[in-house]
Amino acid sequence: MMRKTRALVAGTAALALTLSAAACGGSDSDSSSGSGAKAEFNAALTKVFNASEKKGGTIKLANAGDWDSLDPGETYYGYSWNFLRLYARGLLTFNPVPGPEGNELTPDLAEGMGTPSDGGKTWTYKIRKGVKFEDGTEVTSKDVKYAVLRSTDKETFPSGPAYFEGFLNLPEGYKGPYKSKGVNTDSAITTPDDQTIVFHLKSAFGGFDYIAALPQTAPVPEAKDTGAKYKEHVISTGPYKFETNNLGKDFKLVRNDQWDQATDPFRKALPDAYEVQLNVNADDIDNRLLSGDLDIDITGTGVQPAALGRVVGDPALKAQTDNPTLARLWYTSINPTVAPFDNIDCRKAVEYAADRVGYQTAYGGPLAGGEIATSVLPPQIPGAAKVDLYSAGADNTGDAAKAKEALTACGQPNGFATNISYRAERPKEKAAAESLQQSLGKVGIQLTLKPFPQGDYFSQYAGNPGYVKSNNLGLVVNGWGADWNDGFGFLSQIVDSRVIRETGGSSNTSVRIPEVDTMLDAAIAETDAAKREAAWAAIDKRVMEEAVIFPGIVAKSLIIRPKRLSNVFVSEAFSMYDYLSLGVA
Amino acid sequence: MPEGQAFLEVKDLKIHFPTDDGVVRSVDGLNFKLERGKTLGIVGESGSGKSVTSLGIMGIYNHRNSQISGEIWLDGDEIVSADRETVRKLRGNKLAMIFQDPLSAMHPYYTVGAQIVEAYRVHHNVSKKVARKHAVDMLGRVGIPQPDRRVDDYPHQFSGGMRQRAMIAMALVNDPQLLIADEPTTALDVTVQAQIMDLMHDLQAEFNSALIVITHDLGVVAELADEVLVMYGGRCIEYASATTIFDQPEHPYTWGLLGSMPRMDRATQERLVPIPGSPPSLINLPQGCSFSPRCAFEDRTGGLGATVVPELARAGGSNHLVRCHLPTEERQRIWAEEVKPKLEAP
Amino acid sequence: MLLFIISAATFSIFYMVPRLLGGTPETLATRYVGRAATPETVHLIAEKLGFYDPIWVQYGSWVKAIFVGADYDLGASVEHCAAPCFGYSFITHNAVWPELIDRLPVTLSLAIGAAILWMLLGLSIGTLSALRRGSFLDRAAMTFSLAGVSLPIFFTGMIGLLLFSYTLGWTAPGGTYTPFLENPGEWFYALLLPWIVLALQFSAQYARLTRAGMLETMGEDYIRTARAKGLRERDVTVKHGLRAALTPILTIFGLDFGLLLGGAVLTEQVFSLPGLGKYAVDAITNNDLPKVLGVTLMAAFFVVVANLIVDLFYAVVDPRVRLG
Ligand SMILES: Nc1ncnc2c1ncn2[C@@H]1O[C@H](COP(=O)(O)OP(=O)(O)OP(=O)(O)O)[C@@H](O)[C@H]1O
Ligand code: SF4
Ligand SMILES: [Mg+2]
Repeated sequence: MMRKTRALVAGTAALALTLSAAACGGSDSDSSSGSGAKAEFNAALTKVFNASEKKGGTIKLANAGDWDSLDPGETYYGYSWNFLRLYARGLLTFNPVPGPEGNELTPDLAEGMGTPSDGGKTWTYKIRKGVKFEDGTEVTSKDVKYAVLRSTDKETFPSGPAYFEGFLNLPEGYKGPYKSKGVNTDSAITTPDDQTIVFHLKSAFGGFDYIAALPQTAPVPEAKDTGAKYKEHVISTGPYKFETNNLGKDFKLVRNDQWDQATDPFRKALPDAYEVQLNVNADDIDNRLLSGDLDIDITGTGVQPAALGRVVGDPALKAQTDNPTLARLWYTSINPTVAPFDNIDCRKAVEYAADRVGYQTAYGGPLAGGEIATSVLPPQIPGAAKVDLYSAGADNTGDAAKAKEALTACGQPNGFATNISYRAERPKEKAAAESLQQSLGKVGIQLTLKPFPQGDYFSQYAGNPGYVKSNNLGLVVNGWGADWNDGFGFLSQIVDSRVIRETGGSSNTSVRIPEVDTMLDAAIAETDAAKREAAWAAIDKRVMEEAVIFPGIVAKSLIIRPKRLSNVFVSEAFSMYDYLSLGVA
Repeated sequence: MPEGQAFLEVKDLKIHFPTDDGVVRSVDGLNFKLERGKTLGIVGESGSGKSVTSLGIMGIYNHRNSQISGEIWLDGDEIVSADRETVRKLRGNKLAMIFQDPLSAMHPYYTVGAQIVEAYRVHHNVSKKVARKHAVDMLGRVGIPQPDRRVDDYPHQFSGGMRQRAMIAMALVNDPQLLIADEPTTALDVTVQAQIMDLMHDLQAEFNSALIVITHDLGVVAELADEVLVMYGGRCIEYASATTIFDQPEHPYTWGLLGSMPRMDRATQERLVPIPGSPPSLINLPQGCSFSPRCAFEDRTGGLGATVVPELARAGGSNHLVRCHLPTEERQRIWAEEVKPKLEAP
Repeated sequence: MLLFIISAATFSIFYMVPRLLGGTPETLATRYVGRAATPETVHLIAEKLGFYDPIWVQYGSWVKAIFVGADYDLGASVEHCAAPCFGYSFITHNAVWPELIDRLPVTLSLAIGAAILWMLLGLSIGTLSALRRGSFLDRAAMTFSLAGVSLPIFFTGMIGLLLFSYTLGWTAPGGTYTPFLENPGEWFYALLLPWIVLALQFSAQYARLTRAGMLETMGEDYIRTARAKGLRERDVTVKHGLRAALTPILTIFGLDFGLLLGGAVLTEQVFSLPGLGKYAVDAITNNDLPKVLGVTLMAAFFVVVANLIVDLFYAVVDPRVRLG
């Protein structure tokens, strides 16, 4: 029986292989580039796979869910920020190149990076000449100002990030250009001429370029703005514009003849069109990707469990994948508000005793789960340095001796009992909690599992300080991904004690270190990038010293490389394929 | 037609059903003849094989789970060995049948007219209109009032008697030469029974068809039959003219029947004497005479009854056959001295 | 009236359940805002969507919108959702009704095609099975139908796709639906496998029903009568046997079909067909309550109508009911 099943699987795989070979043969013959790219595991992770300048063709993408919004003013997904650059140009963006440089910002609509003045409180950008909307009108700094201002109307655009209204020195009670019509906003943004835009902040922020790279800076012509309906037809400034858009179903991008290559430093605009389907069955997406019927799973979150086994078990299929690391940490908070974790040695005992391999396995192992983390800051965040304060034994499955020592120092030589919470809907978190339950149990720390609904996980339970304390949630299974790959983007929401709200709602439950708060403030104001990056690393180390976070793993995903496409590479900024450079081979 | 052959001639007819428990010998060697214009009555207890016989003659049996042997000659053609399509074309045409319960025997979803039209058009290549006219005619002839209106009614809109008239109309629509009526009056109330019998009698005369009437009711036999075949356990145990059956029956089973069966020509309050015991198993017929376990005279055959199967042999009446070991004289004596007086006792 | 009650019940369920689970207007509103929204944004949206109003006010405005339409603030402009305004999605900023109308043809195509297939398959397999009761064919068919009934669409659909679409390339991959009016050929190609998969599931059940029905009717007296008339066996089986066996089957068919029109949820999900079922699933995953409510009502409407039609149909098909 066993043998038969395996033979069958092998047979199917062989068949799939033949088919894929045929498909490759077909595309080779009509591509003149003859790049001779060899499909192998991680072939597009740090370099361009199948380079080509060939134009034409249509790229087919699918999304297992729906966009939050196609409006650059209110979208908050990495894949969306990656993709919308085809039809929208913000001031800056992440450099669309492979390797670590992809994490760096580069000017897009702006001519150069921002110029800080007033100690980082004022930021000035120059806009390129000759950039046009799809209707032929030229983009001015006023269109950018209008775009940023409208994005602050959270009643109309509730889905977008809220950084601008946080940083800009907007008039008191300003509610966006629809409701606060005619209100003078020069205290926040000035446009001295059509090519210049100046942002005035409430306080200094050295990393403002990252804010200027938000899609919310993509210009919107006020005359064409339809508010919440604008997402049905965004007026393009990029090489492609919307031909059709059926919300929730599909849309198609075609060439925008008003886009001028001369104004654009990096877009290749190779294919003639992009076809995107929404709400497609996730397993079906994997199958279609593997068969070559579909090019890209747009969310870039990786294969579903159903296809994972198939892909990993078959070298031919595995050679068709890349395995990028995400700026996302699957960690566990160790709450010092819950006794005996008020004693640092008891917290350290957890760091020592935890079985890191078991934790990694809980999330899907090294390929689909992630890499074992030894500190909070993921490696691709600029400035991240290796911090590994707690030994975890020879095979990374926990150092019982060290843990016992710590327990003794804590005055609990025989261990103690506490609770661990996780999101009930997430089997991986449950497995992670169970893994900790097992490894900590070996040194006498008895964990009781406490599942809570994910919708209210932070607002009512694990993110509610009062609840945490009164219900002895010593450990909280947690996770965090940065809005962008930068120390501020990653750290500010999870290590700043001031984001903790007594009414609940914050992911940060355990990090309450006044020194870290001060370090953060200094780093935020720092306009020298190198110094700023060093500061993030220092904060990371400081947090780990306090043993308030068991870092768990840095997530990785296994993504299927498009077969028919050229110029495929992983963008480190988005941890998925870069969507700007692709072409049909 | 070979010389001397009757219109309908059944020779050594056997219809067996192999089942998981054994072979059910529902009909086991049946012989009889019938001429046009004549009526044969078949009587017997429930389960004696009457319906199976008639369906066998009609060619209605499942070829996959029944075995049929012997010969059935109809108007010079042998139909047991004929191919199914040939038999189908005869069915409803040259041979027709009417059933006991006219309500369940008619399709509830089609009008009476449609069902008659269908019966006509299987065998006649005519338009629906012509067939319908014919159907109205037939309904009129079987005594349905306002046939042109009632033709579009559904079976459930007819009364029981009318339904049976409609069934008869349907059976006669193709002018059959042989009509088999399987308990045509059992489901009807007494006054209607008489009407239906009159109708069948008249129609038979009119169409000059051969008629087989299967019944529990000896009154029906008395009314319609020229000859009577008494069946027991799939076999004929007495065959005689109707008068002989009533006046000079010679088989103990027939005696029992006469005592146990209702008769229309008798007062209903009359006491009926059921035959003791129950009908034989058709899988394992009793040893010897199949009636022996229930026979009151078994001891008078000197043990033969329980061991040897009696032949169907000539008896007292003219063209009279009886399957019993007792000598004819003895049987006539018992009938006259022991049985008949009891039957007629008040 | 019935629909009114259903709508009120549905509405209350969607109103009550989240609240019973400890939800507040704010937690409800979080479903309409993006990730990492500030509490102020959440409060703003909760207020805008009327989540602080009591249930009857919310239901009242919902019903009112059906009859007279409603206006929704889009910031830059105000959109009028014309009657019948079956709800308005605050996530996609769309009126629900036109979307339902837009999705209906897909579900209709799927349901009709599959229904034709499964009736053909189910009736013929069931009839043959009944006629050859106990034969190899019968046993094979009944095993098949047991499998058909017990295998979930998820399974058969995925296997079908994997085998016929991705390995053999005979049928269309998922998510390639093209409207009939646009390209009938593509439409057919895209729906072929979904039809077959859905039909397989149902035909199994219908084969069993038909078999049972035929076994019963073929033993009826009127079948014997039909044979006695000299009808061809085919006519006996179809015109008399099947005709009678069909009535209860058609009743169930009517209800199944009505239910299916509300959305063949699993099939549409597996094959990514943009029909009502997919719409419902997407709406649920996106927590888009107005859409869920709209599609639920639409489904309820079809079930109610199917029931009505079945009742009427009964009278047509069975004269005993008609003239009673
Ligand atoms: N298809 C069949 N398979 C097995 N046995 C059968 C089949 N058809 C009939 N029989 C058996 O044959 C026997 C004779 O049946 P038949 O219907 O001929 O009786 P009958 O004399 O007409 O009785 P009734 O007066 O009740 O109508 C019964 O015992 C019946 O069970
Ligand atoms: S043979 Fe014997 S048992 Fe049979 S009927 Fe005659 S007397 Fe009775
Ligand atoms: Mg009978």
